[in-house]
Amino acid sequence: MNKRKLGFIALSVLLGVLVGAVVLLIGGFNPIEAYSIMIKGVISKPKYIAWTLIRATPIIFTGLSVTFAFRTGLFNIGAEGQYIIGALTAALVGYFVQGLPTVLHILLALVAAGVAAGIWGGIAGLLKSKFGVNEVISTIMLNWTALYLNNYVVFWDKFRRPNSEASFKIQKTASLKAFANLKSTEAGKEFLANNSIIKGILSSPVNYGIIIAIISAIIIWYLLKKTTLGYELRTVGLNRFAAEYGGINVNKSILISMIISGVLAGLGGATQVLGVTSEVSVLAAMEGNGFDGIAVALLGSSTAFGSIFAGILFGALKYGGPKIQSLMGAPSEIINILIGSIVFFTSMPSLISVLAGKVRTLKSRRRGELEDD
Amino acid sequence: MISLNEVGFIIGISLMYASPLIYTALGGVVSENSGVINIGLEGMMTMGAFVGATVGYFTGNPWIAFLAAGLASGLLALIHGIASITFGADQIVSGIAINFLGPGISLFLSRLFFNGATMTKPIANKISRPLNGIFTRNSFLDLVFNQYLTVYLAFVLVIVIWFMLYKTKFGLRIRSVGEHPKAADTLGVNVYRVRYLAVILSGVLAGFGGASMSLAVVSSFRPTLISGQGFIALAAMIFGKWKPQGAMVSCLLFGAAQGFVIYLGGTSVQISSQILAMVPYILTLLVLVFFVGRSTGPTANGDPYIKN
Repeated sequence: MNKRKLGFIALSVLLGVLVGAVVLLIGGFNPIEAYSIMIKGVISKPKYIAWTLIRATPIIFTGLSVTFAFRTGLFNIGAEGQYIIGALTAALVGYFVQGLPTVLHILLALVAAGVAAGIWGGIAGLLKSKFGVNEVISTIMLNWTALYLNNYVVFWDKFRRPNSEASFKIQKTASLKAFANLKSTEAGKEFLANNSIIKGILSSPVNYGIIIAIISAIIIWYLLKKTTLGYELRTVGLNRFAAEYGGINVNKSILISMIISGVLAGLGGATQVLGVTSEVSVLAAMEGNGFDGIAVALLGSSTAFGSIFAGILFGALKYGGPKIQSLMGAPSEIINILIGSIVFFTSMPSLISVLAGKVRTLKSRRRGELEDD
Repeated sequence: MISLNEVGFIIGISLMYASPLIYTALGGVVSENSGVINIGLEGMMTMGAFVGATVGYFTGNPWIAFLAAGLASGLLALIHGIASITFGADQIVSGIAINFLGPGISLFLSRLFFNGATMTKPIANKISRPLNGIFTRNSFLDLVFNQYLTVYLAFVLVIVIWFMLYKTKFGLRIRSVGEHPKAADTLGVNVYRVRYLAVILSGVLAGFGGASMSLAVVSSFRPTLISGQGFIALAAMIFGKWKPQGAMVSCLLFGAAQGFVIYLGGTSVQISSQILAMVPYILTLLVLVFFVGRSTGPTANGDPYIKN
């Protein structure tokens, strides 16, 4: 990412924060107080940082998913549904498969989730490449299908935890939670009693999801930048017709891109289930992980590493934001206004450059005035 | 066997649930025919539902509330317009932003107006039902035609928008700036102004759609009230090939599916409501694959117009 682009993104974030401040002011709240509560609520304790990363993990995955599709010129609104399918599959494998060693069980659950979500994304790819069905509309339909499929499976009597709206918990062998031993063994408990910071961190569902997310980002970066496949996919994204003329199989590229995009979103759902919730629940409405992923991809200017940083920023907002509700009674929905404004400003490079240009002329004019003196 | 009254029940429910989608899909039709992609319908619809319910609660007059909802969502659409028309923004990105802003602003204000609650208090007066009491209660005709006025208005608007788009000078201008803005500009059409009007109108319509949900179908706003209907309307618009009448037919399909789900939920038929709920979405995919295929919108849809 070049310097100009970084500056543009930083300015978008700043303008978004400014809009948020104005909205808070209009609502009768002190924006400085609100922002300092948010910042303190995110970084003042190691536990908070752990929570921020936990909240960031799923949207880094969906961000990577949307990013990958973007680079091939596809708009994957379906990360939401692919995420649901990944989560559901991981929960099924995590609960029904028994007697496997830990690492193997986790790998099996992740692979199964990736395959299922990859197929789910691939459906949209296939419909587009074979029948020309617009991927925006097909993924919207697939999102809802995934949601109801999830609810149907959760209500299945062999899977549903009695008297609840959720499934049974996954087996311990499928858990991605980190340092679980410390909390269960005597020696571990004693260790924790003497280390309050680590104890604090472990009070959150610390898990290996974020590491898998970072590894995925590295793989995606490598795939896009350093391999022939990545080159072909990006070429299709830049100019479909030129790619076809250059001998690239465009239809195949679309299919592959949607499959990989689906796998990424599915891994997001899977790590959330294996690392945080240990179960899947009935969904009354979309949780919004896919849409947050779109925002992450946009702020990360559709790069793999950008998704990590944008994911952490939005994860911080999602974790720290609600604290203003409890501490100062300000509506926590300000975070959606913040995310919306930031995304809004990233959509308008020309506004930003106009603003930057104004600042520049102001500066040079002032310099001119000084010289006149 | 299914009785005539049961058929009437299904048709009635279908019409009621299709109407919010119809308003919103019409909004999409107007905006996208002018060349501005409007993926922000969901956010605009949410805003309309909230403002409708809130103004309805405080004034007690559902029609003032309905208009206020249109106005508020029109303003939200104006933001989308400023970005995508004046600043040549990526319209999809700007639309996504609207989908964060609409619900964000709505819930923020809801907490301010209703003591920290994200659900508004129920309105005293819903939209009226003009044909109430004319037919025998729960007869076929009563079940089908005893609808809220907003349901009738939705169908009237389909005709109005169709007429506007295809029979008036303004409609011709909308379509021309959506197909070939440069040519339209050369002929003296103010591309920017036409697009602004179209985008604002699309917001007003989406706002009506949201309000018809919170003022007629139910009587308050809650965070999950709209959840995805704006996207369904968007899909219906694409499905209906960017035409008012086509969008209406697709909305009716979604409404009918909803009607069946509700009907079967009240019977002893042993079909999972979850499976039934999937049907309209899968059906849409199948129809797209086998009957519609490549649906292409207006040529310049999504292209910002930069005047030299």
